[in-house]
Amino acid sequence: MKNYLNAETTIWSWLSTKDHKRIGVMFLVSVTLFLLVGGIFALILRLEHLTPGPTIVSPNMYNQLFTLHGVVMVWLFLIPAIPAGFGNFFLPIMLGAKDVAFPRLNLASLYIFWVGALVMIYGILDRAADTGWTFYPPYTSVTYTKATPVLLGVFILGWSTIITGVNFITTIHTLRAKGMRFMDMPLFAWALYGASIIQLIGTPVLGLILLMIVMDHGFDWGLFDPARGGDPLIFQHIFWFYSHPAVYIMILPPMGVVSEVVATMAHKNPLSYKAIAYSTFGIAFVGFLTWGHHMFTSGMSEFNAGIFGILSMSVAVFSAIKVFTWTGTLYKGSVWIRTPLVYVFSFLFLFIFGGMTGVAVAATSLDVHWHDTYFVVAHFHFIMVGASLTAFLAALHYWWPKITGRMYFEGWGVAGAILVLLGFVGTFFPLFLVGNGGMPRRYYHYSEQFQALNVLATAGSWVLALGLLLILVTLIWSLYAGEKAPPNPWHSRSYEWMTPSPPPKENFPETPHFVRGPYDYHLPLEPP
Amino acid sequence: MNDFLRRLLYLPEQASTIARDVDTLHYFVIGITMVGAAGVFAAALWWSIRYRARSFDARSITPRVQAGLAVEGGLLAFLVVLFIVFWVIGFGQYLRMRIPPRDAMVIYVTGKQWMWKFAYPEGKQTISTLVVPANRDVQLVMTSRDVIHSFYVPAFRVKQDVLPGRYYTMWFRATRPGTYRIFCAEYCGLSHSAMWGDVVALEADAYQRWLEGEPLENFVQLQPGPPMARVATDLGPDLPDYPPGIAEASPPRSMADWGREVAALKGCLACHTLDGQPHIGPTWRNLWYRETTLADGRVLIADEAYLTRSMMDPMLELVQGYAPVMPTYQGLLEPAEVGAILELIRTISEPLPTPARPPEPLVRPPLAPGSPDRVDPARALDFIRETSERVAP
Repeated sequence: MKNYLNAETTIWSWLSTKDHKRIGVMFLVSVTLFLLVGGIFALILRLEHLTPGPTIVSPNMYNQLFTLHGVVMVWLFLIPAIPAGFGNFFLPIMLGAKDVAFPRLNLASLYIFWVGALVMIYGILDRAADTGWTFYPPYTSVTYTKATPVLLGVFILGWSTIITGVNFITTIHTLRAKGMRFMDMPLFAWALYGASIIQLIGTPVLGLILLMIVMDHGFDWGLFDPARGGDPLIFQHIFWFYSHPAVYIMILPPMGVVSEVVATMAHKNPLSYKAIAYSTFGIAFVGFLTWGHHMFTSGMSEFNAGIFGILSMSVAVFSAIKVFTWTGTLYKGSVWIRTPLVYVFSFLFLFIFGGMTGVAVAATSLDVHWHDTYFVVAHFHFIMVGASLTAFLAALHYWWPKITGRMYFEGWGVAGAILVLLGFVGTFFPLFLVGNGGMPRRYYHYSEQFQALNVLATAGSWVLALGLLLILVTLIWSLYAGEKAPPNPWHSRSYEWMTPSPPPKENFPETPHFVRGPYDYHLPLEPP
Repeated sequence: MNDFLRRLLYLPEQASTIARDVDTLHYFVIGITMVGAAGVFAAALWWSIRYRARSFDARSITPRVQAGLAVEGGLLAFLVVLFIVFWVIGFGQYLRMRIPPRDAMVIYVTGKQWMWKFAYPEGKQTISTLVVPANRDVQLVMTSRDVIHSFYVPAFRVKQDVLPGRYYTMWFRATRPGTYRIFCAEYCGLSHSAMWGDVVALEADAYQRWLEGEPLENFVQLQPGPPMARVATDLGPDLPDYPPGIAEASPPRSMADWGREVAALKGCLACHTLDGQPHIGPTWRNLWYRETTLADGRVLIADEAYLTRSMMDPMLELVQGYAPVMPTYQGLLEPAEVGAILELIRTISEPLPTPARPPEPLVRPPLAPGSPDRVDPARALDFIRETSERVAP
């Protein structure tokens, strides 16, 4: 049977495709490559910290590596991974549409992504920036390394993000299947909607501030030079006005994945559909009002610090609504404990514990000690990276049959999931304690008292790497040796499972008409 | 109990008045949140096992369960109350940490790549080692000479970023003599991780003897810093080496005296007097931490931050009753010179009463026609001599 993979097979048919599924797959392949690149940087960083002094790289290279690790992971993996990858693939199918609203723009967003990535790779190869991914002036203005290509790369990538956001919002508003109301959409669509709003409002602000710092660094404009009337603190405000909400670009789509996987694997309706949908917008809105918690020790007024502290905690309230709802969804379900659900357990573990340390950090006085130490590094790796990564892997296994038409290997899948969780906790739990002890982040050289915990963290990073490698190898192997996937291997009621695996080019063999809700698990499954 | 939890959480020793309280909040917040997190995660695991699927039939169904508003609402209300409690305690501590006591002694700090410099009012200067008396409130007035740094003493649980072109204050009170590590916590370039130092807290009499010239080695054993800057030779020869210990400046001279000299040479005294008489600009006498009414009607405290802003951007917050004539001193004053002028203003102001007195009424100064806005050095020196005599008790 013809499907989107074998309808046309030339390379040109992929490069010129306007099919959202093919674009999604190409995004997935691209971000996986960059996960590998960023991961290799991380492994070298961890290796360097095996000993307090110099281990394998020079201090200069260490500074470049943590910058590139941050930049690559944030803009080339975390932000595009789920929206541009899985979102592109599944949003139109879930809405019963043939494609996104602007298929050509969608293809453009992929090319813009590649151009941005190439510019950034050039920046990595030619005297890479050593500024940290936060690019704080005045240091960025005066560094002797080349920050411009990396900054411009991020600027270009921003356009790709904006286009994806515009496309998703328009698609959700205009291309829902006949009779589908907003409240009938699968929850993944709500999550993408929330993230798209942030992409649309926040990213231009990032672009603006990045261009300003390019002018400072490359052309000596002195926009942030106090000797010429500039103010370095303004940069931090504007940078975090984007970069804090960017955390929700990274975490809202993973939350959508979790909502889907929990309902399917528990074969139960979400405990409260509305609570999950509305809290998405709570997070997206309040997320724009919390940037100041990155600056409690930067010299903000005490009044501001107090306001930003309490607003930051309100994000935890909206997140707690989601966590309670996911947990409650398992109650009285018929729970299939399969690889995607094991990843959801990992997600819940990292998200709940990481989120709770976030509440602790928002208590202003505690943050003074933790700010810019490894505690904060461990906190955001738990909640932003760990949760996004486990949800990405959950989505990869959950939708693998639909995307590729093959089943992954269940035993290897669970083994990979356990290794990833152990490795992740093994890497970052010791770093919480290192931060408590007062070791600042971005430290090439550290006091000997921190060595034991740093060695533990380095060992953890190897387990994590092993787990990810295992997943990569077994998934590729399953393309050749995996069982053929049925249309609906999980007996899900959600709409993307009502079409063959892999889906035909136009998503459904005939125009779909959804008569039941995507979570109607109180009714028996009808054969597709 | 405190000591057990502190070691369990790997926290450093508690050597300041604020440290114990911050740690208590730390145990409280981390304890409650971790127990709560474990509870939610355990519920998820338990329900997954309790309700695991026994048949994998496509026709199997589950009951439709919707959350009771009371249950979710109750959980959320509990969370909101809990978070507000965390916030109230935390923010209270934050205010305590940030607002220095009025009678604190002042030390001026300059951060630069990659060392900390300290200047004491009595005229001593040190690099990388901050010497303070124990059991006394110490206020640091800080700035940076190049990029952003952050002054962090884990044992005191305090941290403050310093940005170039701005002044920041922080304070602490060391509870016992000892040596405590200083780290730079804001990434500042190649040798960021070598920007270490020590706070040496001495008994009051030892501190006095140190001020009078006794070497620090008589009181404490200094530890060397990291051998880091030497590694970084791939960038050329002109990297500063990390200098542990103390660098003595030229013969000690009080910072206030230095400030007097700077004020004369840079022309400040052409418009500002030291004896309480308003002139072209407000007098510096009794200006320190006094309420000041601005031209736009706002009232603020003339603290280090305001005084520094007034030097760098005089038109921004003009004092009521004065003409907008002051030029900017941006780029004309070294950070240390600004510190010296602040110290001068502080010493010619009476110690602060508690509570603060109402603001003194300001009189518009008679502007002499053709009064010079630049002073010639010869006249300035006479002027200093006169004013210092008048200020001296």
